[in-house]
Amino acid sequence: MVTIVTNLGKNGVSDWLLQRLSAVVLAAYTVFIIGYLLLNPGLTYVQWSGLFDLTWVRIFSLLSLLSLGAHAWVGLWTVSTDYIKPTGLRLLFQSVVVTALFVYVVWGIQILWGV
Amino acid sequence: MQISLYRYNPETDSEPYMQNIDLDIPDGQDLMVLDVLHLLKEKDAGISFRRSCREGVCGSDGVNMNGANGLACITPLSSIVKKNKLVLRPLPGLPVIRDLIVDMEPFYQQYEKIEPYLINDTPAPTLERLQTIEDREKLDGLYECILCACCSTACPSFWWNPDKFVGPSGLIQAYRFLIDSRDTATEDRLANLDDPFSVFRCRGIMNCVTVCPKGLNPTRAIGNIRDMLLKRAI
Repeated sequence: MVTIVTNLGKNGVSDWLLQRLSAVVLAAYTVFIIGYLLLNPGLTYVQWSGLFDLTWVRIFSLLSLLSLGAHAWVGLWTVSTDYIKPTGLRLLFQSVVVTALFVYVVWGIQILWGV
Repeated sequence: MQISLYRYNPETDSEPYMQNIDLDIPDGQDLMVLDVLHLLKEKDAGISFRRSCREGVCGSDGVNMNGANGLACITPLSSIVKKNKLVLRPLPGLPVIRDLIVDMEPFYQQYEKIEPYLINDTPAPTLERLQTIEDREKLDGLYECILCACCSTACPSFWWNPDKFVGPSGLIQAYRFLIDSRDTATEDRLANLDDPFSVFRCRGIMNCVTVCPKGLNPTRAIGNIRDMLLKRAI
């Protein structure tokens, strides 16, 4: 048993499951957005803004935003533990990643509900 | 044939180097790489490598031949040599003791971690613990591992975290005891593996399957352990 505190989940399974579930959400959201853009050529601002006025689109977007945060945390944490061997540097990298992800999530929520 | 051989003697060399040696291979024969190593040793008795059974059973002579890990004793030259050139290196990712001899300690430590023996807390029967034919068949493709370390030293996840990732060899052994009907420590074994490194650092690139000289499939065993961990957690 290897004890780790900087990963997102509480053990190996939770990290693994979060990575997979978030990937499914992100794939579905990507298909949705690309599909919407393809089906609506010559999209106007009013149309685009109207899409994000829908509650379910906001919820779906928020879910995708949180999935992106979780997915990136698990993924970049893994990359950092593989390739960054000096402990200080690894902690710095992980802190920068987590802070950036937190900023993106809060900023994203502000955009989704602010317009 | 042109041989490029990894040489390192810590007593005389400040760093490892590749030695180029021209070797005459007898006509009409397909030698094993181990035979080539012996021919080289006849030329220079200082060349060091491990070997024992010379028939793929003991797992002593795992080396890296033209970039691929394998057992020198059961690898014919015809299967790996291209353009009459053979590059021989020690198994990657483990500390080199001398020439092709590596320090297997990090590998054995991971093996030790998975407790590679039957644990059974029920009273021992008079004769032996019997298994059904079906239960015994579940061990096929697992118990044959000879601990040659070809798989683990071909695995980048093991190279980056040899102290934390159990590695394909240790994990195929771990599954061999997890699935054994006579073992009662399944829960403890799974609990010991449920961290982000021991099992989950496997990225499924399957180098282990490609190089295993016994034709085993550690990736499948790792997938099965993951399924067991998942079922236990959900």
